[in-house]
Formats: sequence, C-alpha cells, structure tokens
Amino acid sequence: MSQHSFVESTLRGFARAFSQALISEKAANQPGLLQRLDPRVRVVGILALVISVVLCHRLSVIAAGLALTVVIALASRLSLWLLATRIWFVVLGFTGFIALPALFVTPGSPLFLVPGVHLSVSVQGLRAAVLLILRVETAATLTTLLMLCTPWAHILKALRSLHLPAEIVTMLAMTHRYVFLLIETANQMFESRQSRTVGELSGTEKRRMTARTAGVLLSKSVELSHEVYLAMLSRGFDGEVQLLADFRMKALDYFALTAFLFASCLAVWTGL
Amino acid sequence: MHIPDGYLSPSTCATLYAFAASGWYSALRRVKRMLASRTIPLISVFAAFSFVVMMFNIPLPGGTTGHALGVTVAAIVLGPSGSILAVSIALSIQALFFGDGGITTLGANCFNMAIVGSVVAYGVYRLLSARAEVKSRRRVLAAAVAGYVAINTAALLTAFEFGIQPTLFHDASGMPLYAPYPLHVAIPAMMIGHLTFAGLAEAAISAGMVSYLQHADIGLLRGVRDGPPTPLAVTVQPSSSMRLWWVVGVLMLCTPLGILAAGTAWGEWSSADLAKPASRAQIEAASGNHAAPSSVPAGLRKLSALWTAPFPGYAPRFVKSTAFGYVLSAMFSVGLFLLGALVASRLVRRTQAQEPPS
Repeated sequence: MSQHSFVESTLRGFARAFSQALISEKAANQPGLLQRLDPRVRVVGILALVISVVLCHRLSVIAAGLALTVVIALASRLSLWLLATRIWFVVLGFTGFIALPALFVTPGSPLFLVPGVHLSVSVQGLRAAVLLILRVETAATLTTLLMLCTPWAHILKALRSLHLPAEIVTMLAMTHRYVFLLIETANQMFESRQSRTVGELSGTEKRRMTARTAGVLLSKSVELSHEVYLAMLSRGFDGEVQLLADFRMKALDYFALTAFLFASCLAVWTGL
Repeated sequence: MHIPDGYLSPSTCATLYAFAASGWYSALRRVKRMLASRTIPLISVFAAFSFVVMMFNIPLPGGTTGHALGVTVAAIVLGPSGSILAVSIALSIQALFFGDGGITTLGANCFNMAIVGSVVAYGVYRLLSARAEVKSRRRVLAAAVAGYVAINTAALLTAFEFGIQPTLFHDASGMPLYAPYPLHVAIPAMMIGHLTFAGLAEAAISAGMVSYLQHADIGLLRGVRDGPPTPLAVTVQPSSSMRLWWVVGVLMLCTPLGILAAGTAWGEWSSADLAKPASRAQIEAASGNHAAPSSVPAGLRKLSALWTAPFPGYAPRFVKSTAFGYVLSAMFSVGLFLLGALVASRLVRRTQAQEPPS
C-alpha cells in the first residue's frame, strides 16, 4: 500500500459521490420520457417493476424486463455507456463473483466437466447463477433509472404523497443536503492533513488520524445540528412538519401508470 | 453487507420490512419523547455523518483498508433509538440515491445493520463499560469490542438470510431461485471477511473516536440525548399511545380468526394427534406422504406429560364458546406481557438510579 493510498481512496470516494450527484442532476433535466412523467408515477411504476422482477422466476421474462428497461432508458435520453459503467459492469463484477461458485456447488444434473480440474457445471447451477445476475442487473438498472431521471426533492415529495410520514421525508431531505456539506468538510480535512504529511506514517498513526478526522466531523455535525435547529426555530418551526405537494397528473401520466402496472402484472403472471 | 435487490425472496423482504418497521416506529417514538422538536435536525445531521463515515477507508493491520458502518459511535452518542433512525436514514439515502443496496431489501439491510447493529453495539458497550469513568481506557476497549461484535452479528444475520433462501425457495428441479448458497456455505463465506476486515474496521474507528472524544469533546460521550430541554419542546401527545391501545384491542378481537385455520400447524402435533388415525393421515399428507412414526415417540410422550397448560389450545376449560376462549386467552397474554414489561422497566430504572453518575 502506498503512503497515502487510504486517504487518496477516501478522497476518490468523495469525488465519485459528487460526480454521481452532478450526473444525476444533469440527466434529470433532459427532456426524456421518464422526466416528463409525474414523479409519483415514476416512483410507483418503477417500484412495481422492481417488485415484479424480484417475484419472477423465469429467465425469459426477466430478460424481457431488462430489454424494456433499456428501451425506457433510451427514451429518457440516458446513455447506455453511463448505465454500463455505473450499473452493468459493477453488478456483473460483484454478483458474477458471488454467483460463480454456484455453477459448481449447486447439486443437479451435470452439464459439462471443466477440463483439468475435477469440477462439473450443473444445469441447475448455471440457471441459478444466470437468474441471480439477470435479476440483480434488471432491478439495479430500474432503480438507477429512477434516480437518474428524478431530482431527489421530487422523489421525496412523491414518497410523501404515498403517505410516508412527514418526519421521515424531512429527515431524508435534510440528510441528503448535509451529506454533501459533510463530504466537503471531510474532504478538506483529509486534503489539508495530506498536504502537511511528510514521510511514512505507521499503521497506528494512520488509524489515529482517520479516527480523529471522524471525531472532529462528529463534533462539527452535532454543532451543525444545533445551528440548523436554531435556524428552524427562527423560521417558526414548532415540531410539526409541513410539506408542499403540488404535483398535477396529466393524461400521459395516467397512461404511463397503467402501462407500468400492466407490464408488472404481466411479468408476475407469466414469470412465476 | 448491503444486500442488493434480487438476492432475497419477496416474502423474506416483506418479513424483514415488518421487523424493521416495528423497530423504526418504537425508535421514532422514543427519540421524539427524548428530543422533542430537536429530533429532526439532530437525527438528519447525524445520519449525514454516518453516511460520510461509511465512506472512510480505515487502515487495518497488514496494510489493507476496510469500511466501517459507524453504527457503534452513533449508538454510544445518540443511544440505540437515535442510532436506529440515523443509520436507517443513511442506508436509505445510500439505496435510493446512490444505488448501494436494494429497495426491496432496504428493510433487511436496516434490520441487520441499523436495528440489530445499534442494539447489540449499545448493549455490549454498556455492559463492558458499566461503572467505568467517562475517561477510562475500559470505555475505549468496550467501544472496540462493541463495534466488532455488532458488525459480526449483523453479518451473521445477513448470512442467515442468504443461507435460508435455497432451502425455502427453489423450483421443482432443485434450482435455487434467489441467493444460491445454503447456510453451511453462506455463513463461513460471509463471516470470514467480517471477522477479519470489516469487524476490525468498525472496532478501530469506534475505539479511535471514543478515545478522541474523551480528550476533545467529552460531553458527546455523556450522550446528546440528555441535552437541555428546548423552549419549544413538543411533548408526545397521549393520543398516540391511545392509538396503540386501540390497535392492541382490535387485534385481540380478531384472534378468533385463528379458528378458521383447518388442521394442525406442521410440527406442532401432540401425542394424541400421533395416536389418532385421522390426524395421522393429515400429518402424512402435510409431510409429503412420509410415513408418521408407528407409535408415539417415547421422548415426546414423556416430555408432553411434564407441563399442562392452563389454557390448552387457547380454550380455557371453564369457557364453552371457542371464540370467547380465544379473546380471553389474548387478554390474559397481553396482561402477562404488560406485567413483565412493568417489572423489567422498574428493574432497569432501579439499576440506572444505583449507577454512579459518569
């Protein structure tokens, strides 16, 4: 491990979070199919599709679900390369790695023998691995479509319209806002520490440095929460949360909602 | 440990959502009672903090790095209820905004990491640091052990949820429909990584932060939940506890629905069931036509005579109506639970009163 690799990988993680948020913001402003729909329709429709994909047991139906997802992504002006780098390759690497041993350890009728080693791939093992990978790919792509095409504030308003408690919605909104502030703060702390570090740090010193940074961040977070609370009080907050819900359903939204629910029911009916 | 969509069956997801929802509900009620109108900003900012700490790469012995959950520090500073909410909100943002963990599996992830993780971390920390000074080294050690145990408990639960999938959900040919590995594969595969890397990362960050706070911000180790009362504090309305009593009452009235279920639950057979030919036929049909034992097993016969329930089959002997017997049994059980809870809360209060102020 190089001298500051743990700091650099943490900084890379922070940069990736910012980059993902910026890409989502840009994608959400594209004039595409999903972006034109009422956020409530997007949330309910995508959620219904995800549940139906999780319920399905037939490979062909899940593959059709993935194809439908790709069509929706293209109609929403999302680049397939973006989906590939953000979802497909990542899921294939992670779930593929997990599913690989299932080819050999799942009991069933042998399909072929791997030459050189005494391992045979079973039909059931191959089908189980493909089913898992395909289902995870499809569900993750659907969730990513929702995130890319819907600003966070709209997702939260839609969840509120679906009767998620107002306190939870407000906490999700505030957390999202302060995540980026705290990432920026942590980023600055790590950068300034890195710029002042010369020579090799021992493992203990590295752990101490990380824990101190986290400790300072914790103290700052608690102070920030006091400041936010005072700011809320100054604006008249009395413990009751008020949220505006100003969405209006149009004909296209009703049509899209029907299509989403129809596709989900069809998938469950044919895929079980 | 963040389970993506597709690894768990819908029924597992629904069950774990129900467990998580009960945890969220009671945590929210407790936190609102303690923090009143400070709940939202404090939990929100703490959730953001938990989210950012999960992104830290923690250097581990041997030159590798690992990610921590930060659930132990959250439990120490906020208490288990605050930690359950803060870590659940952080996990929800990870799933909904960054795609880390699934939507259908959000209940499972929150149950494993936020709820069980917080409760275990807090319990182990309190147990090991009982009567220790706030600045003592024992608290640092307690935080490390609490972090290690909490992460590994959460990982064990995750492994268990993975491991039961192929047994419960497979097709006619034996092909697993969800996570494909049985318990004897899933548990070692999951635990090796957590016993070595992730557990150490959580132990390191928890111990390091408690040690830092002992020197720099000792007030946080006494817990922000005990902060000063706020001028606009909102107290819990009595109507909210009334609602719970209504729900309990309706559930008690619904208990006679159990009469509608035909037959005996699989595996809950009595000696008499095994002796009667009609019940034996039902047992064999419910067990995939495997033959029932030719006579009542000796162990079952011996043990079944040990204890006679006061209300056998939820039907007290002095009540003629089966439905009324069900309701009476439900009322009796709820009363017993309330009595148990009352005694337990009195004991906890007495123990807390005897503990020296830290």
